Amino acid sequence: MEVRDGLRYSDDHEWLRLEGDVGVIGITAYAADQLGDVVFVEMPAVGATLTLHQAFGVVESVKAVSDLYAPVGGEVVGVNEALAGRPELVNSDPYGDGWMVKLRVADAAQVDALKDADAYRELIRAG
Amino acid sequence: MRRTSLYGRHVAAGARLIEFGGWEMPVQYTGILDEHRAVRERAGLFDLSHMGELWVHGPEAGAALAYALVTDPPRLGVGRAHYAMITGEDGGIIDDLIVYRTAETRFLVVPNAGNREAVTVALGERVEGFDATLDDASLVTALVAVQGPRAAGILAPLTDVDIGSLRYYAIARGSAAGVPTWVARTGYTGEDGFELFVAWDAAPAVWDALIEGGAAAGLVPVGLGARDTLRLEAGMPLYGNDLDRATNPFEAGLGRVVKFDKPADFVGRAALERVAARGPGRRLAGLIVRGRGIARHGYPVYRPGDDEPCGVITSGTVSPTLGVPIALAFLPPDEVGPGTIFECGVRDARVAAEIVPLPFYQRPT
Repeated sequence: MEVRDGLRYSDDHEWLRLEGDVGVIGITAYAADQLGDVVFVEMPAVGATLTLHQAFGVVESVKAVSDLYAPVGGEVVGVNEALAGRPELVNSDPYGDGWMVKLRVADAAQVDALKDADAYRELIRAG
Repeated sequence: MRRTSLYGRHVAAGARLIEFGGWEMPVQYTGILDEHRAVRERAGLFDLSHMGELWVHGPEAGAALAYALVTDPPRLGVGRAHYAMITGEDGGIIDDLIVYRTAETRFLVVPNAGNREAVTVALGERVEGFDATLDDASLVTALVAVQGPRAAGILAPLTDVDIGSLRYYAIARGSAAGVPTWVARTGYTGEDGFELFVAWDAAPAVWDALIEGGAAAGLVPVGLGARDTLRLEAGMPLYGNDLDRATNPFEAGLGRVVKFDKPADFVGRAALERVAARGPGRRLAGLIVRGRGIARHGYPVYRPGDDEPCGVITSGTVSPTLGVPIALAFLPPDEVGPGTIFECGVRDARVAAEIVPLPFYQRPT
């Protein structure tokens, strides 16, 4: 399963890409594969404020329901509207068109605390 | 956890394995949606060796089963099958079953994997006093199913059974891929298809022959994940989700399975006659979710605007064929007319859902 260099990763199998002070967040290829075919993604409202580790949405595959947890705190400044009609993007392009939310990062230290790609590879290798 | 004789095939095919009814079984090979569509459009191959195979035989085998089950197996012609249930004295469902009559005095009873022991115990008690014997062949019998519109064309060249004249819910003895087998035209997908009962160790040869012979027709192996979405689209209940010991056949909308007109007494008759007379207190019905969200097992169902739930979802998923969320739910029996709108509690939201007739999907004829 691809783990993309240059992204930050949470223990809950989310990735974060920093663009200025905005973090783009999705779930990893490993997480998408474990879930199976994604058929539904429930997102927070733009403008909502999330705290670190807060459950902010839900991703559902045919068989499973899985909560999404904020890898960092911040204000929701964008959600991927395309997933409403094409949830399968989470499987086909988890690090690209399958992104989920954009957060204005409240505390840069929370980004630094996330894993880098090598550390995340180690996490999924350990199962 | 038990493994079937096809375990090695599943691992080699890259299947994801899960525990189901005490067995380590494939839940998916490539993906549930792909496998589901393969069965609807082409054909799929299933390992169902975890299911039970119980033989009841002897001069009074039919009478024993008529006493033990809610159906009337003596009315089956030799070579025919029916859907059946075994209930307690209180009418609660111990399991749902398929019963095949393979000879005048021989019946094959197929319970769910997780209920094999409970059914074996109940049947064993109930055949006592009859001139009949119960043999549990579950661990020496493998079951392979080929299902889908192309199933007959794939199986026909591999068997000496005349597939063309084998009717729906019929069973015949023959060979497949050189292996002695019972071939039944039954299944749990809503498609045409066949189930092949073979000796435990013979299953890999049958599996390989079907994979090879079916490849050109687009046959793929299918796991339990797609089996669940296929059966739900076809409106078929799953024991443990939609049926359980606290549910009677009338609540499940399957009262027609109960044969009160059979001559002798049967276990559960008195309780079920009371239910039939006064009507069930709840009724299993089909819902299509019209709002955003997926109704799943255990989610509450409300009359629009009510604070207290009036029912509960028993099975739910996104229908791969229809592209909308579908569900079965227990609801007040007088309120399940098609078009009735309920609300399903999905996490902290209320999502509209509409009663629709079952099945959700019917194969083109």
